[in-house]
Order: sequence, then C-alpha cells, then structure tokens
Amino acid sequence: MTELPRWADVVLVPLINIALAFIVAGLVVLAIGQNPFDMMYFMVKGALGSTSSIGYTLYYTTNFIFTGLAFAVAMNAKLFNIGGEGQAAIGGLGAALVLLAVDWPHWTLALPAAVIGASVFGAGWAAIPAYLQAKRGSHIVITTIMFNFIGAAVIGYLLNGALKKPGQQVPESPSFGDGASLPTFHEMLQPFGIAFNKSAPANISFLLAIAAAVLVWLLIWRSRIGYEIRAFGNSPGATLYAGISSVRVTIIAMLISGALAGMMAINSVMGQQERLIKDFVEGAGFMGIAVSLMGRNHPFGIVLAAFLFGMLNQGGFELMWEMPEISREMVLVIQALIIIFTGALVNMTRDPIERIFLRLHNKGAA
Amino acid sequence: MDFLQFLLTLDSTLRLSTVLLLACLAGLFSERSGIVDIGLEGKMLISAFVAAAIAYESGSVWVGLAAGMAASLVFAMIHGVASILYRGDQIISGVALNFFASGLTVVVGDAIYRQGGQTPVLAGSARFSEITLPFADALSDVPLLGPIYSELISGHKPLVYVAFLAVPLVWWVLFRTRFGLRLRAVGENPSSVDTAGVSVIGMRFKALMITGLLCGIAGAYLSTSQAAGFGKEMTAGRGYIALAALIFAKWRPIHAMGACLLFGLLEAISNLYPNIDVFGLFTIPVQFTQTLPYILTVIILGGFIGRAMPPASIGQPYVKER
Repeated sequence: MTELPRWADVVLVPLINIALAFIVAGLVVLAIGQNPFDMMYFMVKGALGSTSSIGYTLYYTTNFIFTGLAFAVAMNAKLFNIGGEGQAAIGGLGAALVLLAVDWPHWTLALPAAVIGASVFGAGWAAIPAYLQAKRGSHIVITTIMFNFIGAAVIGYLLNGALKKPGQQVPESPSFGDGASLPTFHEMLQPFGIAFNKSAPANISFLLAIAAAVLVWLLIWRSRIGYEIRAFGNSPGATLYAGISSVRVTIIAMLISGALAGMMAINSVMGQQERLIKDFVEGAGFMGIAVSLMGRNHPFGIVLAAFLFGMLNQGGFELMWEMPEISREMVLVIQALIIIFTGALVNMTRDPIERIFLRLHNKGAA
Repeated sequence: MDFLQFLLTLDSTLRLSTVLLLACLAGLFSERSGIVDIGLEGKMLISAFVAAAIAYESGSVWVGLAAGMAASLVFAMIHGVASILYRGDQIISGVALNFFASGLTVVVGDAIYRQGGQTPVLAGSARFSEITLPFADALSDVPLLGPIYSELISGHKPLVYVAFLAVPLVWWVLFRTRFGLRLRAVGENPSSVDTAGVSVIGMRFKALMITGLLCGIAGAYLSTSQAAGFGKEMTAGRGYIALAALIFAKWRPIHAMGACLLFGLLEAISNLYPNIDVFGLFTIPVQFTQTLPYILTVIILGGFIGRAMPPASIGQPYVKER
C-alpha cells in the first residue's frame, strides 16, 4: 500500500490543515491582544445568527461557488486560471450591457439574457490567454494575471466615460430597470410562509450556482469533453497519443472557466448592485482559487468550501461591530492561512499521515 | 514640453522605477533558480509595513530598513519551505503569501496605531533623505549637462542609487561567478547540478534568500523613501509589474533595468499627464498608459516580439532520484 485511504485523503488531511490554519490565525489574534475564541464566536454568530446574516453569507457563498467552479474546471486540465478576477469583471460588463440595452419587462426574460451576456464576456476574456497558452506557449498564469489588470482598466475607462451615469461624478453605470431585478430569498420564501430578511442580498442566483455545480460535475466526470479535460490534465503526453487535441482541450476548458467566473456577476451586479460599479468583484476571483483548492477541485467540495468562505467573509464584517479592535482584514489572514496550509504546505501534514497509515497497515499485515 | 519639464519627468521615472527594479532583480534570482515567485508583491508589502513601523518606533530609517528586509526574508523562507521542501505548488504559495501580507499588515497596523492600517507619518531620521552629489549646485548653471547632473542624477534617496548600482552587480554575480553559474544551471537542469554534487535545495534556498532581501529593500523604499509611512495596499500591484518587467527582460538583469525604466516612465507619464491629447485628434486615456506594461508583456509573452523563454525547470519541484 502506498496511497492514503480515500477518506483520509479527502476528509482527514484537509481537516487537520484547516485546524492548523485556525490555530495560527488564533496566534495572530492573541498577538494583537485579543481573544481568539471570542472572535470565532462573533464570526459564527455574525455569519449565521439571523436570516439577515444568513442572507449575506449565502450571497458571498454564491460568488465563491462560481469563481471556485471556474478555477476547478481549468485546474482539471492543469491550467492555472488565476484570471477569475478579470473574467468576473468583464462578465459584469457583459451582464450590464445586456441589462442596459433593453428595458426588460420581467426578470424571467432578463435573467437568461444576462447569463448569456456575462458568460460570453467572461469566456471571451479567458479566450485570449487560452489561445496564447495553446498556440504560442505563453504561460497562462502570467497572461491571466496581466488580463486581470487590463480588465480592471477597461472597466475603469468605461465607467468614467461611455457607461457612466450622466450627471454624476461616481464611476457607476445607471441602474438597471425594475424588470431586471432578481427575486431575493425574502420574495422567494414568502409564498411558503417563511420570513426571510428583506434587505439581505441572497437571491435566486444561489440556485443558479448550485445548478452550475451539478452541471460542472456532469461535464467533468460524465461527459466526453470532461474526460478529455481530465486526461489532458493528468497526462498531456498520453492524450496526444490518444488523438486528443491539446489546443482544443485548453481552449474549451478555459472558455468554460471564464464563463463560470463571469457568471459571478449575475449574483453581484444583477442580483445585488443592480448597476455596474467599479471593483464589484472584491477579490472573489482570487478567493475562488482557495475555494477550489479546499474543495479539491470537485463541485461538491467547492460548494462546502464556498459556504465556509462565505461565512468567514460575512462573519468578518460583523466583527467590525462586536470587536472593533480586530480589523476586517483578519478574514484575509484566515483565508490566506487556509490556502497556505491546504494548498502550499499540504505535504507537510500529508507525508507524516501517510507514514502512520503505512505503519498501521504493515502491522495489520504481519 | 520644455527641457526642464522633460527632465522632471525623467527624474520622476527614476524614482518610480527604483521599486520596480529592486523587485524585478529579486524575482530574477528566484526564477533563475527555478522557483516561480508570484509573491513579490506580498514580500514588498510586509517589508513596507515593518520598515515603516520599526523606523517610526526606533527613529532610525536604517533600523527600519533592516527590519523590513528581515520580514521579507521570513516570507521568502515560508515560500521556500512550501515549494522546495514540501514540493507544494509555487503559484498557490505565492498567491497565499500575497493575501497573508495584505491581511496581516492591516490587522497588526490597525491594532497598534488605530489608523485603519496606516502607520504614523515618518519624519526626520525615520525617513531617507535626498543625497546631493558633489558639485551638483556648482554645476547646475552649466548648459544642458548642468541640469541633467543636478536635477536628474543628483538629489535622490540613497536606495535609488542602491537599486541602479545593483544591476551591474547582479549581472556580474549571475554571469561571472561560480554561484551564478550554478544558480542558472539549477533553474535550467537541476539534476545536472545534483550530479555535480551541488545541493539543488541549498541553491534554491540561497536564491530565495537573495529574493527576500531585495524585495525587502524594495518594500522599505516604498514606505520610507517614496512615501512617508505605510498605507494599506501601498504596493498597488507593483510586484506584478516587476514580474511583468522580468518577463519583458527575458530574465536578464541589464534588460530588466531597461524594462523597469520603461514601465517607470509609463507610470510617471500617467501621474503627470493623465489624459494625453494627441494633436487634438484623440485622447489617450490614463487607463491605457497605466495598463501598457501589462499589454506589452502579453505581447512579448505571445512571442510577437521575439520569444520569452523562461528557465526550463521553472515551477517544478525537484525530487531527487533514489
């Protein structure tokens, strides 16, 4: 036996790593003279304590599901799409253009149109780095980073010019019409007699995100192109001999990835802001990397990890009121530590655990 | 634009290029040894914060600089442990360390100074002051060369000169010393270095140490020379621009200086002349000038102007055969 049992690989190792991340985060909190247990209590309370906080948590969760899935699809082809941030921003532009172009009569018509706008623009923004990787061999990590900055500049330029709402100084587009307003959890749950906070931003996009997770699972593990993507990721050489085009797989994986990142804008731009603002992505594109890593690039894991990161995000906001001594950036510290321990340092815990299992196994055999 | 204005633009270019150049040379060592370093940004940020805080507390900018370099070194070593010892993904490690620096600087800074992550304004000996080169005042009246010497070359902070003098030094270390040869070999073909009896792990750690120290100088320059104190997210993507410059320079030190000067010039132009009117025909928006470094890098990477070939073994952890 050389490999860890599956449950240890999928559950035990990540749990130990998350525990380590929280321990180090706790030490940081202690170092600034605060009580880490109080912080945890207020963060969990702030994330799940009321329907308002749950609504915010699920809103962030939705963003992270989309960006996490985006990263995972590319990662299954061993393509490091670090450009979720830019693809989401340009996806937002696509959604906004569609929603501003027509005075939509009802959200049921506006939503599919906006989904097309967001995903086509997001995919388009991923297409150039994908082409450069597939055809010209330029490293996708660097090109997607560059495209994040270029994307931000494009949005900044348009919001200061062509898309700016007339007669105001703030770089924002005009608001979308009432017909483009998505139903929130409050409106969705009212018919069932469940009272949900009215101002919480969680909206129907959450269901869209869950559907996207299922579709990604079907795509990656149950479809022909998904098989090709995974095969290419595991062994590009073997896929070459199997007659699978590396150019085709690279470009398709990146287009799907970019489209999913762009879909984040449905939740944020269409669902919450109801207009295009600068920096609406707020790092969700980068967080998708962490979410996907924690979820081991699998849709089910990603949904769980997105929920954890959504809780952290929302809990961090609430922390401002309960423990003003700890600044909101503490969330970033915890998230960074989770990425360090579950991503970069994974072998630090994995190797010893593997040895323990090996010893146990040998004992059992003898 | 008159001559003096032109000189002032170049003067600003030198100041803005300095931080890019230091970070770019830092990245050069890491990447030449085969370790991708997305984390230049985070190392500069943590150093900028620590340097400003310690300079403020101690009253000495030099103590601040040393502390900033030490902090950056610690980050570089975490990256080393993750990516060299534990064969972790170098990109993930870099991204995570960038986040860690963004969060930690504000959490700790806010806990100490309660100014939303800023450090108090540095003054006097807690900040680097300009060096006036000899005869700068006396020569300033000489036509043409006088102003060039006294305005452009003289009157910068010490770290500006450090950065530009480091360029020939780095070139010499990389191409004229045994250490440099091994460093380049470890990035191209680590097993050959291993066969020659040199430790790949040792070489890569040494390279990352240099990366850490240089990033530390870059960060300290930002908060104690260019600005007077630390501000939240003050690196503002410069680590990524430095990375772009490194690719643009195709991993060569002298070219890196050229790339950093070019990108510094673009930043200076976008600061001084936000929207450029071209003969009344159209305007070049400030966003375009700001983004040009990234666009140029993509073009270079795409192989449309020459070919950018990274060190062959970059990004792959080295596993010794048993």
